[in-house]
Amino acid sequence: MTETNKDMIPLWEVFIRPRTGLAHSHVGSIHAADEVMALQAARDVYTRRGEGVSIWVVPSASITASDPEQRDENFEPSTSKIYRHPSFYDIPDDVGHM
Amino acid sequence: MAAASPTMVSRVAGDSDASPAHLLALLMRLGDDHLILGHRLSEWCGHAPMLEEDLALPNMALDLLGTARMCYDYAAEIEGGGKTEDDYAFLRDGTDFRHVLMVEQPNGDFAFTILRQFFFAAFMHPFWKAMTESTDVRLAAHAEKAEKELAYHVRHTGEWVIRLGDGTDESARRMNDALEALSPFVGEMFEQDSLTRALADAGILPDMDRIKSRFDHVVADTLRIATLPAFTPEFAHTGGREGRHTEYLGHLLAELQFMQRAYPGQRW
Repeated sequence: MTETNKDMIPLWEVFIRPRTGLAHSHVGSIHAADEVMALQAARDVYTRRGEGVSIWVVPSASITASDPEQRDENFEPSTSKIYRHPSFYDIPDDVGHM
Repeated sequence: MAAASPTMVSRVAGDSDASPAHLLALLMRLGDDHLILGHRLSEWCGHAPMLEEDLALPNMALDLLGTARMCYDYAAEIEGGGKTEDDYAFLRDGTDFRHVLMVEQPNGDFAFTILRQFFFAAFMHPFWKAMTESTDVRLAAHAEKAEKELAYHVRHTGEWVIRLGDGTDESARRMNDALEALSPFVGEMFEQDSLTRALADAGILPDMDRIKSRFDHVVADTLRIATLPAFTPEFAHTGGREGRHTEYLGHLLAELQFMQRAYPGQRW
């Protein structure tokens, strides 16, 4: 595929809800001219092995992403605050695995 | 399954003029339509215009091959004598094949392939839907699955027909060319003869006029939205159901059958 084609056919992010329920998860992206074709392309590319029961497609351009350059200032401060994890409680034996 | 089929076959024979030989002949027509078109579609694998379609076309091919396998498996049970699906797919000659001529035509461009697939699906979808009520329980059971597969084929190829027909000057020209080239091949799908009539009388095959009206409706709607000319074929090629094929079948079979012919009995 040439650069020109890439420019002409928009990119879409694909989210699939697995059979086991739970939330739609991001699985990858596809190219398609519009939302109808995007859903079909997502179905053909990402559900060939029974992966899901529902598909969302979102224009990649609609996603606002955090800046990789700001990764440290965004996420570094939380790594030193281990007390935010609920791991300092004594769990009674009777509760078993949570 | 093997134990059940003799009962099924004798029931067919007892109910009407349709005999096991009729059913066998039907399975060859159906199986061959699906095998040959499935093979043509699979030729796109690795060559489609975009990655997404590179998966979509073989996905459809695999659906078609699944139906071909069902037909040949069923035929092998009826014929007995240790035959398997492979005997029908790989060891018959061109004149033994009973598919319509449309499915053996070379793929041409993407527009031709998509429009051919659309025509086939627009016929096979109402066909399998009606077959869910077939008196042949095995075909009726398979129809439940095939109907869903073909519903998607109609949707996927139909959306492409619309976008290419109502797309750029070039895509519209290619769709127009494809429509012109394919028109004479469509009528053969609806051919009726003593076999289809006997099977329809036995309740094994549906009323072909009903299928045709569903086909006409879906095709007319889609072509109209695609801003393509109405589909009004004036002529229909024939011969495939009697084993008279175009020159392209030999080349196709040479590739399809090479491994089993060169190395008989080889398995994956």
